[in-house]
Amino acid sequence: MLDLYSPGTSPIHRMSPGAKILVMMLGGTGLFVFDSLPIACAAFVCVLALYPVAGLTAKQAWAQIRPLLWIFGIFFALQWWLSGLTVAAFVVIRLATLILLASLVTLTTRASDMIDTITRALGFLRPLGVNPAKIGLAISLALRFIPVLAQITREVREAQKTRGLERSVIATAMPMAIRTIKMADDISDAIESRGYRP
Amino acid sequence: MIEIKSVTLAYQDRVVLRDLSLGISERRIAIVGANGSGKSSFARLLNGLTLPTTGDVLVDGQNTRSHGKDIRQNVGFVFQNPDNQIVFPVVEEDLAFGMKNLGFPKDVITRKTDEILARYNMSDLREHPAHLLSGGQKQLLAISGVLVMEPDYIVLDEPTTLLDLRNKRRVTEVIQALEQTVILASHDLELLHDFDRVLVFDEGRIVADDVPAKAIPFYIDRMS
Repeated sequence: MLDLYSPGTSPIHRMSPGAKILVMMLGGTGLFVFDSLPIACAAFVCVLALYPVAGLTAKQAWAQIRPLLWIFGIFFALQWWLSGLTVAAFVVIRLATLILLASLVTLTTRASDMIDTITRALGFLRPLGVNPAKIGLAISLALRFIPVLAQITREVREAQKTRGLERSVIATAMPMAIRTIKMADDISDAIESRGYRP
Repeated sequence: MIEIKSVTLAYQDRVVLRDLSLGISERRIAIVGANGSGKSSFARLLNGLTLPTTGDVLVDGQNTRSHGKDIRQNVGFVFQNPDNQIVFPVVEEDLAFGMKNLGFPKDVITRKTDEILARYNMSDLREHPAHLLSGGQKQLLAISGVLVMEPDYIVLDEPTTLLDLRNKRRVTEVIQALEQTVILASHDLELLHDFDRVLVFDEGRIVADDVPAKAIPFYIDRMS
């Protein structure tokens, strides 16, 4: 999930970000409109088949799903208990398909292209006082700092582990919050330094 | 030229810079001092990231109070931790950020990106995720992101502090080759020997202002 963009020249890479986002939205909606197990299975196979078309490996596809396996497990168990095995399988396959589809878009689209598209698409909100460029920058920062925050979390956890505090939520959360706030200040200064005019 | 006129900087009751007045016209100026001596606060004054509590900072005649945004385009700033300076997830996108902000045309952005990546042997990292770069590569990317904006002045706040020896040497070579006016805050005294002028800070005051051959021994003596 952290290696967001995978460079390439495949037909999917070359598609416009707007078209990809539109396909993703239509596909996602379709999976909820046509809610049947065979359709969800077919969509899953189709999305999976698009990974090699985009020059992506099975390992990369698996990497998108793997961190969420525990959520799939919980959903599957709950649905099986509440509604039966078929519904449980349907819910999990539909969720996996959606995640693979969204990941395919992020893996084949540069953040800057995605942001340019979103900024243009949100242009109609300007009369309401919304600044689409700010939204675009916020999305970019979120994408950029996911791995940085993950690294900070690892460092803080390791530091607390050496002090025998690995089970203390506060001992991890407090230094993380302080470092994140300090980092946010520095990032804001850096953005200002680089000529950003909102 | 940068002029600092009777500048004091305070955060509530804590005074971090006390009544500084000086002009900066040399091409290479170093700032040294213990942690908390005020050197980073001083560096931040130079491009208007921080405004003085009293007094004025003028860059080529423009006051940071009234022309902050224009001054920040002309005074590039490199932070200690490059992770806090890289805004976009991919190298090429981050280099383009500052140029887009300045309204450079797309072909100019592409050309300048090519040039800067080639200059620092990073062409193969063009589409690389920024978070997977080494510390030295991140700092080079941060410096490159500033250079492509073509500033006349570059302020660097402890740019080698977080680097290992090999990366420190590489970044040092890059800093030494910069053609712009360089203002460098650093604990790395080896880096400062060929500078024109060294300012030694202590408790918010400049306690020495001289050539490296005199200012550095003074600083070492004061710290021991």
